[in-house]
Amino acid sequence: MKDLSWLIVKNLLRCLLLLLGVSILSFALLKISPVDPVLASVNYDPSLTMEQYERIAEYHGLNQPAAMQYLRWLKNLLHKDLGMSLVHRQPVIEIIKLRAKASAALMGISWVISGVLGFLLGTIAAFNHGRLSDRIIKWFSYLQAAVPTFWIGLIFLLIFSVYLGLFPIGISSPIGMLSSEVSLEDKIKHLILPTFTLSVLGIANVTLHTREKMLDVLNSEYVLFAKARGESNFSIFRNHCIRNAIVPAVTIHFSYFGELFGGSVLAEQVFSYPGLGSTLTEAGLKGDTPLLLAIVMIGAVFVFLGNSIADILNSLLNPALRR
Amino acid sequence: MSSFLLEVKDMSISFEQYKKGLKKFTGTPISSFDVQLNRGEILAIVGASGSGKSLLAHAIMDILPKNAIVSGDIFYNGEILSKQKIKQYRGRKIAFIPQSVNYLDPTMKVKNQVRIGFLGSKKKRSAMQEQLFLKFGLKKSDGELYPYQLSGGMLRRVLFATCISPDTELIIADEPTPGIHQSVLDLLLSQLRYLADKGMGVMLITHDIISAAKIADRITVFNEGKTIETAPSSFFCKNGERLQNEYSQRLWRSLPQNEFIEVK
Repeated sequence: MKDLSWLIVKNLLRCLLLLLGVSILSFALLKISPVDPVLASVNYDPSLTMEQYERIAEYHGLNQPAAMQYLRWLKNLLHKDLGMSLVHRQPVIEIIKLRAKASAALMGISWVISGVLGFLLGTIAAFNHGRLSDRIIKWFSYLQAAVPTFWIGLIFLLIFSVYLGLFPIGISSPIGMLSSEVSLEDKIKHLILPTFTLSVLGIANVTLHTREKMLDVLNSEYVLFAKARGESNFSIFRNHCIRNAIVPAVTIHFSYFGELFGGSVLAEQVFSYPGLGSTLTEAGLKGDTPLLLAIVMIGAVFVFLGNSIADILNSLLNPALRR
Repeated sequence: MSSFLLEVKDMSISFEQYKKGLKKFTGTPISSFDVQLNRGEILAIVGASGSGKSLLAHAIMDILPKNAIVSGDIFYNGEILSKQKIKQYRGRKIAFIPQSVNYLDPTMKVKNQVRIGFLGSKKKRSAMQEQLFLKFGLKKSDGELYPYQLSGGMLRRVLFATCISPDTELIIADEPTPGIHQSVLDLLLSQLRYLADKGMGVMLITHDIISAAKIADRITVFNEGKTIETAPSSFFCKNGERLQNEYSQRLWRSLPQNEFIEVK
């Protein structure tokens, strides 16, 4: 029991240190960047006078030294205040609440799809080791892993939206419709292509890892013994393969949270999907420090959580590690 | 039509391998193996380590690797034991006890591993497994453990428990008793004897000639891929002068309890 509480404390400290480091680094990068947040906040309006410029800078505290700005942000954060967005002129927390839902749906669904499909494909490949289906799955996975997300997104848009006209082009709801009128069907229709685009990389990842582990399992002595005991392929899969091969698949898939978040930035951009990812891009391009830092912190916690869950599940699912 | 439970005629096993680039190379670890096994009998197959004894068991069970080529005939109850037949029989009529405790699934409780292949309701299956554990001196609570939590001797007993089902007619035990305590060894061997006396056939592959001489009815000596000689186990006594083949004699006399001479 003592071990467990120590483990939790250790992990929490680690997470806080990580957040501190990530926020300092992102803040410093933003200050170095050539984007002028004052000009960006008025959309580079050429009629802005010097006096107005200084008043805006003073309003947002941008006239102070960078270190002071960071410390003030940190102090406000400790008082649960994430600040105002320069671009949207709204509290950051409001924007995030609005966008996080859309992103959660996108990432959650594509995470589940890529996990399930990846495990199935990896299993099929391993059971047909060396045959045509194995080779097709393997090469397809290499291809998927090699192709960038945004490019796949563009190709999907080209094929399914432009040529076939099956799905809408971008955004999360039909254009020119009030948000109260948008039906669930519309939302799903708008979600399908971005979700699939985002799944692609994850599928390849899980497929290749599952295939490798599954081959180890199938070549193991316990599967040989299972065969000698008259177990059918299906029974071998159910009794021995799932439990032995799913641990690396699950671990890999949780530690894939980082790429998932990074991928969502690209996928949301391509599909103009209003989630955290596209908001992050916008905040970066316009030097909107509070908004960007908030999303970066959410991303860091998200990735940290994924890795921690992977660790914990690994020890829960693997009895030999549970000593 | 033979009346043997299991008969192997002139079996050879070779492996196709690639040595250096694409040069094909065929190794033949077993060139001529013959054996006959009656119902209710324990036949021990003895030979030095590395003489390919395990391959015999794997060939009969049809679990050799894909690059293995097996020739010769295997008869079961007088009919040829084809690939389809062994697929039907293994785990039912023909049981296999493997050589190493690594043949147990590391992520599965041992009680569930023993229950695999049992038919009937959950209650009936668990009762069958508990009865088997009792027979082999395992506690009911041992069934809740995973293989890594059990000692070597206990795992051997679990492996023995997996081979017994109501339909079992033939048990092929591949070196089932290395490195275990004498009392456990005696328990396991007496179980084999008991099963044989009930009418099953037991093929016991081992290098432990002393144990083989104690419980087997007949002993086949095996060396360098060939059957050397099959003799009643009573011939393995004193100086082994009743054994016909020189190699079998020397193998027997090489034991520390006997003369401790070198085999070659």
